[in-house]
Amino acid sequence: MLVVASPRARARLRPSTVVVYALLIALAVFYLLPMFAIVATSLKSFAEVSRSTLWELPKAPTLDAFGSAFQTLAPSFVNSVLLVVPATILSALLGSLNGYVLSKWKFRGANVVFALLLFGMFIPYQSILIPLFQFLSSVGLYGGIPGLILVHVVYGIPICTLIFRNYFATVPRELLEAARMDGASVLGIFRHIMLPISIPGFVVVMIWQFTSIWNEFLFAITIAQSQQVITVALQNLAGSLLAQYQIQMAGALLAAAPTLLVYMLLGRYFVRGLLAGSLKG
Amino acid sequence: MATATAPPVMVERLPRSRSLSPFSWDRVTPILMIAPSVVLIAIFVYGFIGRTAYTSLTAWRGVVPDYTFVGLRNYIRLFGTEKFQADIVNTIHFTAFFLAGCLILGLGAAVLLDQKLRGSIFFQNVFMFPLAISFIVTGTVWRWIFNPSYGLNVLFHNLHLDFLQSGWLTKPSSALNSLTIAAVWQMSGFCMAMFLAGLRGIPEELREAAAVDGATEFQIFRHVVFPLLRPITLSAVIILGHISLKIFDLVFVMTFGGPGYATDMPGLNMFITTFRQDLFARGAAIATVLLLMVALLIVPYLIWNLRGETER
Repeated sequence: MLVVASPRARARLRPSTVVVYALLIALAVFYLLPMFAIVATSLKSFAEVSRSTLWELPKAPTLDAFGSAFQTLAPSFVNSVLLVVPATILSALLGSLNGYVLSKWKFRGANVVFALLLFGMFIPYQSILIPLFQFLSSVGLYGGIPGLILVHVVYGIPICTLIFRNYFATVPRELLEAARMDGASVLGIFRHIMLPISIPGFVVVMIWQFTSIWNEFLFAITIAQSQQVITVALQNLAGSLLAQYQIQMAGALLAAAPTLLVYMLLGRYFVRGLLAGSLKG
Repeated sequence: MATATAPPVMVERLPRSRSLSPFSWDRVTPILMIAPSVVLIAIFVYGFIGRTAYTSLTAWRGVVPDYTFVGLRNYIRLFGTEKFQADIVNTIHFTAFFLAGCLILGLGAAVLLDQKLRGSIFFQNVFMFPLAISFIVTGTVWRWIFNPSYGLNVLFHNLHLDFLQSGWLTKPSSALNSLTIAAVWQMSGFCMAMFLAGLRGIPEELREAAAVDGATEFQIFRHVVFPLLRPITLSAVIILGHISLKIFDLVFVMTFGGPGYATDMPGLNMFITTFRQDLFARGAAIATVLLLMVALLIVPYLIWNLRGETER
């Protein structure tokens, strides 16, 4: 979508072209600064980190910091995977059902229901955290990954519904009507027509959910203290190894790697999810 | 919309046309399909919000719930605390600079990328990758960059820009602005993506027509492009604005509200008050105030969006 070929390619090297490049490079330096900090620091030894500044490249590169960070973070990395996979799949499935109904089978009041669902994605989660904590404690889901899965599925419903509703809105009505004439039911149309053509919708939703849930912190630190996910573990690591910046940076890279990888491979779909969240965008 | 452009050959045979029959699976199935989600949201969003609001009117402090009704006492005491007053001021300060930073960088980057020079895609990916990583990672890395003895200060000294040196996160006067820099670094790509989508949506003919009429590049931007970007700017302001009101992770990692109350925010205050100090009722009051602030921004936005949709 953002990769449209230009109809007015300006190949001539004008003074303004030079200025544009200069500004683009200046911006890129700002955005890549933390990447430099990560790479330059994580490859140093503790001795080198404490005697050199952030801007000096490692003189004797070593992977020791990654070893230490991996040892500390590995269990929570696994926990995050166990959280993200089911939560992503379940919320995508719920979202596809809702999106289908709210775009193709609008009942009376469907738009109000949609608006009320949508509001759920903007609320500060602090405003539901106390009852949520009480509820999860009372049903025995407080403290670990299963409770966190439930929470992410529920609070993922609005954004997943929104993306699928937008996606299904682009499916021509005639397709449904033809299927209706052949006697297909509401569910039959969903299973045999809509689901097969909604793969791109699933890709957008699943990338979005994967990224948001992997990166989430408030729920994780409040209700899953006994089974730490990666964000909580990284925060603890940074808090306990205050001067060991090489391990902090290696840990940061490990924690960011899965979502960065997805962004590099499927960035286009990520951007679609991002813009969907702004409704009109 | 697809339905508007399609040739009107199909006979309208939709469930609504059979609404005379008293019972039809076509009308019940869709409702059954979304029922699970509707029930979950009803309980976990609206039910829980109601319960939080109720809790904020009780005397609950300590581990054991105490639902003695105390009216607005928690709110009155809350607004009297120095900490919460600092939260409000900090939130306004942070939101203003965060929005300004994101809008300026986002619009600037989008205009530069819209020149469609070779390599634009590379730069676009560079500007947006921070969106894919967590505030926790961002906070961890920027805390290191802001380290007064090893980080930016050294760089500025080497570049003979010593006047740019600062205490960064360690000084109350500079901590909030330092936090803002990290937040802008993370979120400005969102603004850029919005503006870029907006710029690409402006028909080339419009700009060409203005150019034919003798408008300069700057005049075209000022009088043709920017007015057309206004709705997108509003969307970006509201989305980023509500994110900044809710800011939690970044503060938690970078400063934990300090030094003093210099970077404390309502979201963090609620968490500490409730889950570290066990003052549940007061925590609920903070949460309710926070929700009201967000709702003030989001509810009109939702109405504006959904109204616009039916008009289309």
